[in-house]
Amino acid sequence: MNAPRARRLVRLAAIARERLTRRHPGLLRERGTETLPVRLDQRRIYVLPTGFGVGFAVLLMVMLLGALNYNNNAALLLTCLLGATAAQSMLGAFRTLHGLSLERVRGGSAQAGGQVRVELVFAASVRTRHGLEIEAGPARAAFALPADVPGCVALELHCPRRGWQALPPLRLGSSWPFGLFRAWSWLRPQARMLVYPRTEAGGPSPPQAGGPGDTARHRGTAGDEPAGLRDYQPGDPPRHIAWKPSARSGQLLLRLHEPPREHADWRLRWQDTRGLPHEQRIERLARWVQQAHLENRRWTLELPQGVLGPDRGSGHCHACLAALALLP
Amino acid sequence: MNAAAQRPDLRSFALLSLTAAAVLVLHAGHLPLWLPPPLLLLLAWRWQGYRRGLRFPAALRYLLVLALPLAVVASYGTLFGRLPGAALAVGLLVLKLTETERLRDARIAVAVAAFVLMSALLFGQSLLMTVLVCATLWPALATLAALQPGSGGTAALLRESALRLALALPVALLAFVLVPRLSTPLWGAPGAGEARTGISARMSPGAIAQLLIDDSPAFRVGFDGAIPPRAQRYFRAVVLWHFDGRSWTPGHAALPLEPLAARRPPLRYTISLEATRQTLLPALDIPLRAAAGTRFTAARTLLAAHPVDQRLRYTLESATGYALDPRLSPAERALALQLPAGADPRTRALAARWRRQTGGAGAAIIAAALRLFHDGGFRYTLVPPPLGHQQVDDFLFDTRAGFCEHYASAFVFLMRAAGLPARVVAGYQGGYANRLAGYVLVRQSDAHAWAEVWLRGRGWVRVDPTAAVRPERISLGATAAAQGAGAPWYLSGWWLGLRDRIDIVNRLWDQAVVGFDALRQRGLLTRFGVDPARWQSLALALALLLGALMAVAMALTLHEPRARVDALARAYAVLERRLARHGYRRSGSEPPAQFLQRVATTLPPQPARRLYELSTGYARLRYACTPSAPALAVRDWIRRAREFRL
Repeated sequence: MNAPRARRLVRLAAIARERLTRRHPGLLRERGTETLPVRLDQRRIYVLPTGFGVGFAVLLMVMLLGALNYNNNAALLLTCLLGATAAQSMLGAFRTLHGLSLERVRGGSAQAGGQVRVELVFAASVRTRHGLEIEAGPARAAFALPADVPGCVALELHCPRRGWQALPPLRLGSSWPFGLFRAWSWLRPQARMLVYPRTEAGGPSPPQAGGPGDTARHRGTAGDEPAGLRDYQPGDPPRHIAWKPSARSGQLLLRLHEPPREHADWRLRWQDTRGLPHEQRIERLARWVQQAHLENRRWTLELPQGVLGPDRGSGHCHACLAALALLP
Repeated sequence: MNAAAQRPDLRSFALLSLTAAAVLVLHAGHLPLWLPPPLLLLLAWRWQGYRRGLRFPAALRYLLVLALPLAVVASYGTLFGRLPGAALAVGLLVLKLTETERLRDARIAVAVAAFVLMSALLFGQSLLMTVLVCATLWPALATLAALQPGSGGTAALLRESALRLALALPVALLAFVLVPRLSTPLWGAPGAGEARTGISARMSPGAIAQLLIDDSPAFRVGFDGAIPPRAQRYFRAVVLWHFDGRSWTPGHAALPLEPLAARRPPLRYTISLEATRQTLLPALDIPLRAAAGTRFTAARTLLAAHPVDQRLRYTLESATGYALDPRLSPAERALALQLPAGADPRTRALAARWRRQTGGAGAAIIAAALRLFHDGGFRYTLVPPPLGHQQVDDFLFDTRAGFCEHYASAFVFLMRAAGLPARVVAGYQGGYANRLAGYVLVRQSDAHAWAEVWLRGRGWVRVDPTAAVRPERISLGATAAAQGAGAPWYLSGWWLGLRDRIDIVNRLWDQAVVGFDALRQRGLLTRFGVDPARWQSLALALALLLGALMAVAMALTLHEPRARVDALARAYAVLERRLARHGYRRSGSEPPAQFLQRVATTLPPQPARRLYELSTGYARLRYACTPSAPALAVRDWIRRAREFRL
């Protein structure tokens, strides 16, 4: 008897809430994400007096009563002037936000447990905007946007976990010019950042690191091209003769040595981290990847989902870390 | 970290200190001498400490908070009242600055400063003071703006606050006109217990001398017709019948209103009287009727129903040629012949001799007395030698030096002793006629005393014995008459003239702003068909107009033009078109900065370097997240891009 009615009430409340957030996209923080650019207009900017503003209003009332009671017209004029200026604070705060357009969100790279620098880029506006404040969770920044150029503000966000992290709801606010009224709007730009796994603080190197079979295995592979050739001269060690090119060219050619490779290639395998808890396995692999990248090695990352590499360089490093970040 | 708990930056504290110093200076005029210098020193010390990041010693602050009320009580005897209150408020404002370590404190300090600022206007509402007080809102508001996070440079702050104040001014004037005034105060009797000013109903020795050195305006008179000549501008304030040997007082007898027969067409004029805190109302010669809210004394001087606590305007018609009280009643005659028993025998003897010589003819006795003052070696001075017990005897026969009150007193004494009914009239004489604005400014220093003698068939006739001694008193005014007799330097002619001429501004201010009371506000809306304006209609009009203004401002904000392609992008597009004319084209996916660098590699060194700089500059301005002096940098980039040629 009561349950259907309660369900209907819940549904009605949800509909009302949905309509409210559609009409007032900036009022509440709990709502779906928005596609960029997000332009602030009167439908999503809210203005309320600050605590100081309320106190100031009380002060103005006292001044008004005093001036009227003592029939002091000069004091009344002063009160009116102060009041009219203070009232402009409401419009000033609104104007600071109105017409502002968030164009892009640029996220840096981050590790779980660390900070990520997120840059919010706003479109150029016709006038300078002072006294803007942005909050994302505990992170906050105050900034001003100059006229005629796209403006930018950076936030340092905390990243607790690896994987995709959505941008938290942003509260863009301003109490400019006098701090008597606060205008604000919630922004939920559709932006997410990939947070790389935490790297292990220390631990063993990859199992096959420095193994003698490493180079031997490479020698036989098809992709093993010589770095260059030159004519054979007497006294050259015969094991350096490039036989195949010599056969093609009809004269004896000597293979030039590759520049001495200080580090051998690595195979970083998921299986090699067996015995550790799941997250620690990921952290260890992440450390190995970073170590390999720092030592300018070529490496292969073998994960249950697939194999990356062999390759080297920062692109490969980022790809590996991303794959690790997105492990279940 | 809570934003309100941050320490205000040096700039906002500097603006706050400036505000407090300005408030202090505006109050300095009425504070006791011992207070402002230590407060200024304290403020300077605090500023020095704040600059170095120091906190004010808490123990010292508590000590000062305790000492301030004690010092105020020691100076005034109380903490309550206008003056002790102001001293306390100014002191507390400066002490508030010593504990300002957080944004919140600084904001509260600005609010306190605004309140103390307003209290400065309780001590004077002159145009200059009001302008200075309103101007002090500027640093106060700039302080509030500086306390906002993300505020711009100091110049931008000051510009912003000045702009806001300027925009607020018309709205403030509108509100000022329409805010319903109180016809009766909600609490307290404003200004009660303050010293009275102006002519009082008792003429004691030296009373008028006090006024003669007081330069403040007593009242202003606007005439409907031509301004009467100076010698005819006698403003009666009080008629004094009773003499006790030292002081003249009105006496207590209840007499009927003296009948008046006007001989010339009356003059119509409006007096705007400064607050006097007493009931005497000066009027030119003899008013025909009492104005609304006033009443006549028997001798046709005017009294207000209540002490005049604020500026009062009243319109009168006065006779300048008249017969006042042609038939003297016995009671009046007795009063007008009263003399203190046994006083001043030599004066009485002189008067008796005149009476015998003239056979009691009034005009002849008056002439004899005036001749005595004119030819008897009398001189006019504002600093007469002291008189002894027999005041009139001493004056007439020994010192022979004095000003209007001595002459009026001695003259009336002589008349009475000679058997002529006479009385002393105190009021104002002369004043400065501002022909440009068509009004007469009468200052306290224009206070005067003269005599009225009753003559058979003519009634009360005005006789001014001072004029016999010093005609300039009547033709030029008291201060001019006292020239060469110890007048201070600041009463010199050119300064007085200048001061009288610029009084027109003060009068306009006083009429339009200071004197805009409930009565005049009620007549405000009559021309719009609302008559008389009740406070409800005023409040409604105010609300409607303010709402309309708000709507207009809102509409202007909402329809603000959207930013076109920004200036930087425009300049870049021009540069790209110029490069395209030389065959350099950007591929669709190529970032602008990279494109410029690619072009640069194909150019000779000189333009290559410039294009390379443009490339890095563009990347920095467009993508770097460091908006340091960007407006300038953008303008610089645009200029260099425009000047770039292959």
